[in-house]
Amino acid sequence: MLYREAGQYKTSYAADMAIFPLRQDRIGLGVILAIAFLLIPATGNDFFLSSVMIPFLVFSLAAVGLNILTGYTGLLSLGSGAFMGVGAYACYKLTTAFPGVNIIIWIVCAGFFSAAIGVLFGLPSLRIKGFYLAVATLAAQFFLQWSFVRIPWLYNYNASGAIEAPQRFLFSIPITGGRATPETRYLVLLALVVAMTWLASNLVHGRIGRMWMAVRDMDIAAELMGIRLLPTKLLAFAVSSFFCGVAGACMMFLWYGGGEANDLFNINLSFNILFMVIIGGLGSLIGSFMGAAFISILPTALKFGLPAIGIPLLGSTAEHITYMLVGALIIFFLIVEPHGLARLWQILKQKLRVWPFPY
Amino acid sequence: MKRGAVFAALVAAAAFSAPVNAQDTLYIANNSYRTGPFAGSGIPIGDGMRDYMTMLNERDGGIGGVKINFEECETGYDTKKSIECYEQGKSKGMLLYSPWSTGATLAAIPRAHVDKIPILSMAYGLSASAEGNTFPWVFIPPVTYWDGASIMVKYMAAREGGLDKLKGKTLGLIHLDAPFGKEPIPVLENLAKKYGFTVKLYPVAAADMQNQSAVWLNIRRDRVDYLYNQGWGAMNPTAVKEAVRNNFPMDKLVGVWWAGGDDDARAGGAQAKGYRSLNLQMAGVNFPVIQDIQKYVVDKGKSLSPKERVGENLYNRGVLNAMLIAEAIRNAQKVSGKKVPTTDDVRKGLEMLNITEARLKELGMEGFTIPMKVSCNDHSGHTKVYVAEWDGAKWTKSSDWLEPIRDEVRPLIEENAKDYVEKNAGWPKRTEACASSS
Repeated sequence: MLYREAGQYKTSYAADMAIFPLRQDRIGLGVILAIAFLLIPATGNDFFLSSVMIPFLVFSLAAVGLNILTGYTGLLSLGSGAFMGVGAYACYKLTTAFPGVNIIIWIVCAGFFSAAIGVLFGLPSLRIKGFYLAVATLAAQFFLQWSFVRIPWLYNYNASGAIEAPQRFLFSIPITGGRATPETRYLVLLALVVAMTWLASNLVHGRIGRMWMAVRDMDIAAELMGIRLLPTKLLAFAVSSFFCGVAGACMMFLWYGGGEANDLFNINLSFNILFMVIIGGLGSLIGSFMGAAFISILPTALKFGLPAIGIPLLGSTAEHITYMLVGALIIFFLIVEPHGLARLWQILKQKLRVWPFPY
Repeated sequence: MKRGAVFAALVAAAAFSAPVNAQDTLYIANNSYRTGPFAGSGIPIGDGMRDYMTMLNERDGGIGGVKINFEECETGYDTKKSIECYEQGKSKGMLLYSPWSTGATLAAIPRAHVDKIPILSMAYGLSASAEGNTFPWVFIPPVTYWDGASIMVKYMAAREGGLDKLKGKTLGLIHLDAPFGKEPIPVLENLAKKYGFTVKLYPVAAADMQNQSAVWLNIRRDRVDYLYNQGWGAMNPTAVKEAVRNNFPMDKLVGVWWAGGDDDARAGGAQAKGYRSLNLQMAGVNFPVIQDIQKYVVDKGKSLSPKERVGENLYNRGVLNAMLIAEAIRNAQKVSGKKVPTTDDVRKGLEMLNITEARLKELGMEGFTIPMKVSCNDHSGHTKVYVAEWDGAKWTKSSDWLEPIRDEVRPLIEENAKDYVEKNAGWPKRTEACASSS
């Protein structure tokens, strides 16, 4: 009953093509944004903000990026972790070279460096497809990670080879570095994620998104319809890497506060993001968020949540259980619902629409 | 559109509201890694620390009559999880944080200076953090990696018959390609310039720890005279095995103190006899403190460690670290007069650490290690270490306690601390008063 659209008439083309045609969806989105912007920072403790919400948002952004490439354009990539690294290192170099410029500008600019590198490694995508392209992007992963470790200029010749987030301000409030509170870091990140999700949503629902999807569904047909394949694919690579790059810069500056390429931007990160996209749902923005929540929050919830509600569990046991559980759930989801969590959500919405009647 | 995700997060939030820590226990957060590729080194250390703390609880009822709540947080040597563990410990009111990984220490240092939580990184972590005026909240006794590297050069000189004999020699550094492994590089390079030997670097990526054949080909080709192994976890047994396979003279392969696990050396079989490692404390069970642990913890089935592995080198290292924590808290109780001190009291307690020969005897650790002292501006003490030798079944002492080349290390530490402050603009100035006399 709650989710009934009867009586909601569309009287213009704009209303018909709206992303959220239903009033309930619009209200729901408003409620979610209100919770995210007001309730969570007001009530969440530091641990919840910095170990649950901030990782979740960073991974969501990266998953949106990979979803644009893999879900919407149908190009498989295993290099997202490295593209995140490009963002982090670019942002680090930029902010240490020009400390006067606001860090948020550099976080966004870092995305452009990542986009450029992404286009470079996307070039073979015209000739090779599917599994072969995945291997080509794997090369990007290894090569970029190697460069982060082997080019001392990238980490300013630091003795330990690590990069650290220096203190930077927005309206004289520290937003990076040790003194930035989890609340400010969370809010800055949230604002970025919302803005970029809005951008992604507009992209995939418009002309460009339709071009991507045409290429995904059948590239020869798309070409016959007059879509030029190479620019379209490269654009997908650029946009996808841009999102990953921003996510990487956010990861380094708003979450970790310092780290090293070997440790962070490795193949495991690429795989994790791919799992997020697969579990969340290919070709769905909301799926990216759901997948990120699933993969990034579940281990934390198991490790800290279970002891907190009184189930004594040794940390190492929790770690082993996480591995088994995530593995099992990935297989379970792939069998039961290959379209991911987003599809489950869609089914649920459909059921709510006709509730309480089955038809 | 993110309704599901946020809902999931809220459910998680409800589950997370950590129970408020009881005010009558001493809560200490300790990172551990009993999983992942570094578990081989992480398990004995974790067991040693845990057992010492349990022993204090069983034998003395904790520290100063207050029970210790010693909590391990599993990280798998992963920086992401370490940060999680730090936040968890912070929200539960930890008195002291032991990161147990150089990467985790690097991530925790800026946080800890704001949250005012002392970090004890015993002989690991950022070497520059020994500069107490810049890093009032970080403690790195009894030595830093830079001290270790300088001792390695001294040891090489002792074997060759003097520092002047080093000219033309080659020292290889096989190291984990991570912040931990790279720490000794600047000292080795400075000393190489000074004494005329060559340093060759052999980085091993974390993913290739068990696949070092390519690196060892290079080591053989370069004909290095001595090899310093700054490895950890699965990297060490592989290095020893490869050294055996490549006929590298075992007595010229010297590990940093973390490369001295019993399992590390055992992996090389009978031929690993003669493998060396720098060491901070003795291995074995012939110390009252270890016997107490056996009596109060192991025999009662309260230990996670197998009986026969109590007293192994890394196990005893864990005991040493736990002892430093306990001593710091004891000092903190003394200086504050409170049963449960604050984090600032514990910081003072760490700054006042002065483990004398007499104190070691009281602790049942006579001969277990040597006296160590931390002071206000020197948070390391730059104490001595010795070279241990694997005799095929156990670690034995094969050199005297060697002093680091302090006049080489100390200026570098001060210079790098200054550099750290410059790079991290806005680094807080030390306002904490000095707790010790010197």
